[in-house]
Amino acid sequence: MTICENNVAKLQTICKEFNCDKGELINVLHKAQTTFGYLPEEVQQIVAQNLNTSLAHVYGVVSFYSFFTMTPKGEFPINICTGTACYVRGAEKVLHEFKTLLNIKVGETTKDDKFSLSSLRCVGACGLAPVVLVGEKVYGRVTLDGVQKILDEYQQ
Amino acid sequence: MDTINIKIDNKNFQVPKGTSILDAAKSVGVKIPTLCYMHLHDLNTTHKPTGCRICVVEVEGRKNLVPACATECLPGMVIKNQTIRVLNSRKTVLELILSDHPADCLICAKNGDCDLQSMAQEMGIRHYYYKGEKSTYIKDRSPAIRRDMDKCISCRRCLTMCNDIQTVGALSAINRGFMSVVAPAFQMNLEESVCTYCGQCVAVCPTAALTEIDHTKTVIRHLADPSKTVVVQTAPAVRAALGEEFGNEPGTLVTGKMTAALKDLGFDYVFDTDFAADLTIMEESAELLDRLTRHLNGDTTVKLPLLTSCCPGWVSFFEHHFPDMKDIPSTARSPQQMFGAIAKTYLADKLGVKREDMVVVSIMPCLAKKYESSRDEFKTNGNPDVDFVLSTRELARLIKQAGIDFESLEHEDFDHPMGESSGASVIFGTTGGVIEAAVRTAYEIFTKQKLHKVDFQQLRGMEWIRESTIDFNGTPIKIGIAHGLGNARKLLEEIRAGKSQYHAIEIMACPGGCIGGGGQPLHHGDSNILLARQKALYTADKANIIRKSHENPSIKKLYAEFLGSPMSEKAHKLLHTQYFDKSSHIEITKN
Repeated sequence: MTICENNVAKLQTICKEFNCDKGELINVLHKAQTTFGYLPEEVQQIVAQNLNTSLAHVYGVVSFYSFFTMTPKGEFPINICTGTACYVRGAEKVLHEFKTLLNIKVGETTKDDKFSLSSLRCVGACGLAPVVLVGEKVYGRVTLDGVQKILDEYQQ
Repeated sequence: MDTINIKIDNKNFQVPKGTSILDAAKSVGVKIPTLCYMHLHDLNTTHKPTGCRICVVEVEGRKNLVPACATECLPGMVIKNQTIRVLNSRKTVLELILSDHPADCLICAKNGDCDLQSMAQEMGIRHYYYKGEKSTYIKDRSPAIRRDMDKCISCRRCLTMCNDIQTVGALSAINRGFMSVVAPAFQMNLEESVCTYCGQCVAVCPTAALTEIDHTKTVIRHLADPSKTVVVQTAPAVRAALGEEFGNEPGTLVTGKMTAALKDLGFDYVFDTDFAADLTIMEESAELLDRLTRHLNGDTTVKLPLLTSCCPGWVSFFEHHFPDMKDIPSTARSPQQMFGAIAKTYLADKLGVKREDMVVVSIMPCLAKKYESSRDEFKTNGNPDVDFVLSTRELARLIKQAGIDFESLEHEDFDHPMGESSGASVIFGTTGGVIEAAVRTAYEIFTKQKLHKVDFQQLRGMEWIRESTIDFNGTPIKIGIAHGLGNARKLLEEIRAGKSQYHAIEIMACPGGCIGGGGQPLHHGDSNILLARQKALYTADKANIIRKSHENPSIKKLYAEFLGSPMSEKAHKLLHTQYFDKSSHIEITKN
């Protein structure tokens, strides 16, 4: 396992922001994921050391919450809402279309590191169901035909 | 004490305020079944994750059933333990647990000693009512512990032991929902993790999710091989617990019967680890006095306190968690390894047996000893000093398999020359025992005076951390004692911070010391059993005419004939060791 000293310093700063309190583990991981895009083993190791907790515990938390990921996200992370409203309006089919077109499963990233695919539960825009997020951008009432169009926007 | 009135199953009771329903029921003789719950009274530990829901009861006025282990009795509470709703709920919970269990009880290592099996028996389960998905995890074999997570019922007792009591942090609950399982970080094998093999997780596991690596079959094979001379050593704590496996009261000393059983099993020589414990004291107290004298003469480079090094779980612990302090513990090997080293040199010569034709088997209360014997530094050309380590439980199984009627055995003595021991060595099996044994010898060597009162009550007991100052004829020697690795951690952090005042510290990884080791008959959470075993060892000490290690005639002879003196070159080669930095290395690169 290797990690560069720059990233170690970044993680130390994040941990210090939360007073290196092990009770703040989730917040620390949240911030670490925002910084690095994902939580590889090395990052978890450094977090465990700084918060004076066990690596097993950190991994336990990372593996529990679907928000945390140990695989790098793509340049454009795609999130498909599969909350109740989106689900009944066909989110599953939309998700399937993304999987087919990108040729990856949920939780994976395309080989060119451009797109990654994940699902989440309810973004609070049920009136727009089914909803798809690419990064921070929200797409509402997505149809199967609309999936390719969304991808095309980012293909340049 | 404030008391409140409650009603259980239509009977009125008075119980102290603040009592849980479970404890209240227990105190008035009402049995509420439990599965995940664990209470270690003398060790001040209660584990109640309310995960299993077996202990649910009905409380009048509450819509839902409540877990008895985690619900406090309130004044006037009306509790129902025997309604059809309660009984059905418990049964359903158990049936659901069983639906994700391999149910291979007939060939299971815990057959007859399993809390889940007993619960199914008590509740009269006769069908596998629910059929559904079953967990299928890869079986994990380390040098000491086997993990079969298909058998885990998520009681999480192992997590309490590993994380809270021992503060080792090898295990955690990972993933969620049906995929949730107890595992090391990144689901690595135990062997790659920070596990110390203390075995406390195994000691409390209600099923066979965590068991010891079983060497009984291999040992039987070697016993049957006429070309091998098979030598056995038995650790102090084994004799105080083995009897429990044959229905004896906890604390029954079965030294003579154990020796007889080992001879019946076909071991060529039955020796005693106690002999090697005396040897350990010779080396360890010589080392202590060496450091102490230099310290008293003003040498500031001397590392004090000296930490005992008999416990392999503890050795792994500081190698993983405190590698910066690896030059503080005594370099003396553990009694098990000293025995192996002497057996395969001195004894092999005496018997005219070649090293590779001698097989040394240990009977240990410990699982970490299995790992210890596999360490490379205890091998000569790949041949280990100790070939196989059996736990107390494995020895009991071996005796049962051989059809030996343990109860009717006549007492037999250990063989010579490695069977003679002092009273000081037998108390190695309990917390406080090693340091008391060391004090008895160190006192006489340091003061050059005879020690008349050899019982050091101030070093005994069951408190997690104890301390005492022993007067070495005008020189006060400060002693610290900790059992349970979490308590060891506290003392180590004091040392690291430069705040430690001790000259010597004894550390044992397991609660109670070896009597509560991971290889002992399961105490199922009853810590009175540990107290009984402890008492038995002090009784054995008192019954011995020789009470000090350096007065053991066989030890004197060993030094005269073979080793020379403690800390001699030969003693260093055979009886001392070195420690390694095992903290997980993460390489930090320049950008």
